[in-house]
Amino acid sequence: MFRKLPDGSGPRLTVFVEGQPVAVSEGDSAATAALLAGLSATRASALGGQPRAPYCMMGVCFECLMVIDGLASQQACLVPVREGMRIARQPSRPAIAKP
Amino acid sequence: MAAVLTSDVLIIGGGIVGAALGVGMAGRGASIRLLDGADTDLRAARANFGLIWVQSKGHSMPAYGRWTRRSADLWPDFAADLRARTGINIKLRQTGGLSFCLGEAALRNRRDAISRLHNQIEPWSATINVLNRNELQRLLPGITLGPDVSGASFCAEDGEADPLMLLRALHVSMRAMGVDICTGAEASRISHSNGIFRVEAGRAAYEARRLILAAGHGSLALGKMVGLTVPVHAERGQILVTERLDPFLPFAGDTIRQTADGTVMIGATHEDVGFDLGTTGAATASLARHATDIFPDLASAKLVRAWAGLRVMTPDGCPLYAESESHPGAALITCHSGVTLAAIHAADLAPALLDGPLGRNYAAFGPQRFGGGKDVSQAA
Amino acid sequence: MTTSEASFDLVIVGAGPAGMAAAIEAAQGSMSVVVLDEQPMPGGQVHRAIEQRKYTGKQSNLDDRDGAALVQAFRNSAASYCGGTAVWQIEREGEGFAIFVSSGDAARCLKARRLIIATGAIERPVPMPGWTLPGVMTVGAAQILLKTGGNVPTGQVVVAGQGPLALLYATQLLAAGVKPAACLNTTMPGALDRALRHLPGALGDIGQIGRGLGFMARLRLGRVPLIGGVSDVAAHGDERLSAVSYVAKGIRREIKADLLLLHEGVVPHTHLAMSMGAEHRWDEGQSCWQPRLGADGQTSIEGLRIAGDGAGIGGWRIAALDGRLAARAMMRELGRETVPSLDGAATVTLRRQRQRLAGLRPFLDAWFRPRAVLLAPPDDVIVCRCEELTAGDLRAAIRQGCLGPNQVKSFTRCGMGPCQGRECALTLTTLVAAERGITPEEAGALRIRPPLKPLTLGELAALAPTGA
Repeated sequence: MFRKLPDGSGPRLTVFVEGQPVAVSEGDSAATAALLAGLSATRASALGGQPRAPYCMMGVCFECLMVIDGLASQQACLVPVREGMRIARQPSRPAIAKP
Repeated sequence: MAAVLTSDVLIIGGGIVGAALGVGMAGRGASIRLLDGADTDLRAARANFGLIWVQSKGHSMPAYGRWTRRSADLWPDFAADLRARTGINIKLRQTGGLSFCLGEAALRNRRDAISRLHNQIEPWSATINVLNRNELQRLLPGITLGPDVSGASFCAEDGEADPLMLLRALHVSMRAMGVDICTGAEASRISHSNGIFRVEAGRAAYEARRLILAAGHGSLALGKMVGLTVPVHAERGQILVTERLDPFLPFAGDTIRQTADGTVMIGATHEDVGFDLGTTGAATASLARHATDIFPDLASAKLVRAWAGLRVMTPDGCPLYAESESHPGAALITCHSGVTLAAIHAADLAPALLDGPLGRNYAAFGPQRFGGGKDVSQAA
Repeated sequence: MTTSEASFDLVIVGAGPAGMAAAIEAAQGSMSVVVLDEQPMPGGQVHRAIEQRKYTGKQSNLDDRDGAALVQAFRNSAASYCGGTAVWQIEREGEGFAIFVSSGDAARCLKARRLIIATGAIERPVPMPGWTLPGVMTVGAAQILLKTGGNVPTGQVVVAGQGPLALLYATQLLAAGVKPAACLNTTMPGALDRALRHLPGALGDIGQIGRGLGFMARLRLGRVPLIGGVSDVAAHGDERLSAVSYVAKGIRREIKADLLLLHEGVVPHTHLAMSMGAEHRWDEGQSCWQPRLGADGQTSIEGLRIAGDGAGIGGWRIAALDGRLAARAMMRELGRETVPSLDGAATVTLRRQRQRLAGLRPFLDAWFRPRAVLLAPPDDVIVCRCEELTAGDLRAAIRQGCLGPNQVKSFTRCGMGPCQGRECALTLTTLVAAERGITPEEAGALRIRPPLKPLTLGELAALAPTGA
């Protein structure tokens, strides 16, 4: 859905979206990385499991909830990318750890 | 001068108590009208935890224990009737309830309390077992208990329901059964002559021979107008709720429960702060700690909302069903466990109130135990 | 800059132009001040990532330069800055406030004698058919993607809405070599004519008007289809957006689309101020809540001021002036002197500047009046995205006796999701008003409660005293 202009701002780094490496630049958010990776749905809605994706990109809508480095329900648009970050779709009801 | 609306029965208050009474009285041949207030009224019914809780009731008043147990037994039919009439699923689950103990002393105290209950002169039957930690963990294979959890008391009759859906279902049900609900009607004045009560609310007036005050904290001022002094005070309870999580808790808990939606509710505080409905950072933190003490895995769960309700508390915590002596025909109904008692309020108390003044059977809940009001144990 | 101090003269929430300007002013007056912002870098929305970026197109150069200078001055000031820090609760404590925050999965509490809320504006919610589909975003979102990292859409991009931001983004996209498939203008017919009577007052900021006209010229030159008089915009697709339909000149059309960008203006972000109980009033012209303010952003709560777009939409330069005025007022309250001068003359100058710039607003507000269909959408349109409730679901609750937004919330769960009403509360109020035939002021606002942002039970538990 999105691509980076060639003369990109800032140093590049690599994150993993659903296991796939994606080139991003410093300052991008995890939500941006998901969009650059070509994900259309980034989460399944909590009630009906509907496909949802980032809407406002500024922390207001909460559509961008994703699992980042194993932690669920992160607002991906507020998380700056770090080298090697693992970003995955949010399930409709996250499981807390089982024994 | 606006027209005066007349009915056989006038209920003031559309919370869980008033609405359950409305449903219980409807369809029995009497005309019922209910007055409900404004969008931003105190509305304890909107802040409820949602438990149908038996195991902790009646330790000081056996009649209350029996009353509660009967209500729990009536709940399945009550929920089914509401669903049939409104299509609303109240998400009733009565698989039993757990009251967790933290630390060995708490477990010992719990065993003693349950023993005492079983040995009472007027026993009422509820199946309560005290479980040690191992037994409790076996009951909850999907989640690890915190290190301080020593055990819990488990009562097979305990359960839970969605309190907001319950309130909605009661209102829809009332309308379907012909109860006239007047919203935004805040009763300000009650007068009484020739056996008829006249209630003024805004520019409207309502008349009835049978007046039921079920207005929560609002009943204090209204009660005074009909000779009823109500010894209730406000006790704030703060509650937390998390995001929706994968199911892990198959039983209701008195301080922690997982709703049908997957959200986890954690509660509650017991504070004396007047009518302040605010939540505090300190209480939020304490409640969160309590939850993670019981289930450490909840540490990664996100808190989404916190709210507070003002319990309508009588001095002994048991319901108050009072008939006015000076203004016969006026009754005041109040309790803090409106969800648990909703079934019996609809099935038993409502028809009783319709038939005439509450008699002997309800004496235990009368105002005379607080040193005032009509002694209904002498009623015919 | 981070800080280990737990107590401040002034805490400012929001590191946009208003917050930064207030902080600079307060720091010059030797107040201990910290600015909190949940974004990782300062600048707010308009100056997003300004310390890093390049891709905005020539027309924004003046704004960019001035914005960059402001951020630099903020960084150089003695004010502390905590980015990536969300405020989740604010309580009264004595004469001041206790501010609960969360950053890096750790919750803590700061104390402040005075508080300025500078949380700016948010996009007006656009409840239209299909708006929850992946592939539908706000223009603001797309602009954030462009400003931070130079990210542009692939495929067919349709921009739909009204207001300067939509056109600005379209021209920025064009300058970056990406041609929007269409710009659908939803401004109501006749709106510009009605707005023209405000034009004399707007001439105080004639630069902005000139820029706006320039946008349209540039888009025409770039052969971007500009379609006016558009209504009934709808997004279509199975699991993601595939097409956009609309009505123009009485004819319904459908175009292929991979990305639909919506913009129907911005509204004050009143969440934090409302959660503290600050009084608000309904602004009929802009269909939104605005805080009731005295001089220099004073709210109904002592010690709390609001500066910037959160007080009323005015744009970033007015926001910066408001920030300075609010800070100066607070310094006077606390008996502090500023350097170089806290004199009346400097304050009067600031106020005059502000007045001149503010003349543009009534013109823009009248031109881009919010559309009625967004305030009371058709039954099948989702209003509460978090709880997946349609306008029809809400109307059913109102018919079942709910008088206002809070009763509707308890009957339907509208507003109970993680966004806590940020995307649905306005629509909820206007929908209740329309359904009941009363004004939005009479219908009332959704009660906003802490926590203002979700945070984990673990970090909350760590905040509790041990043995409690």
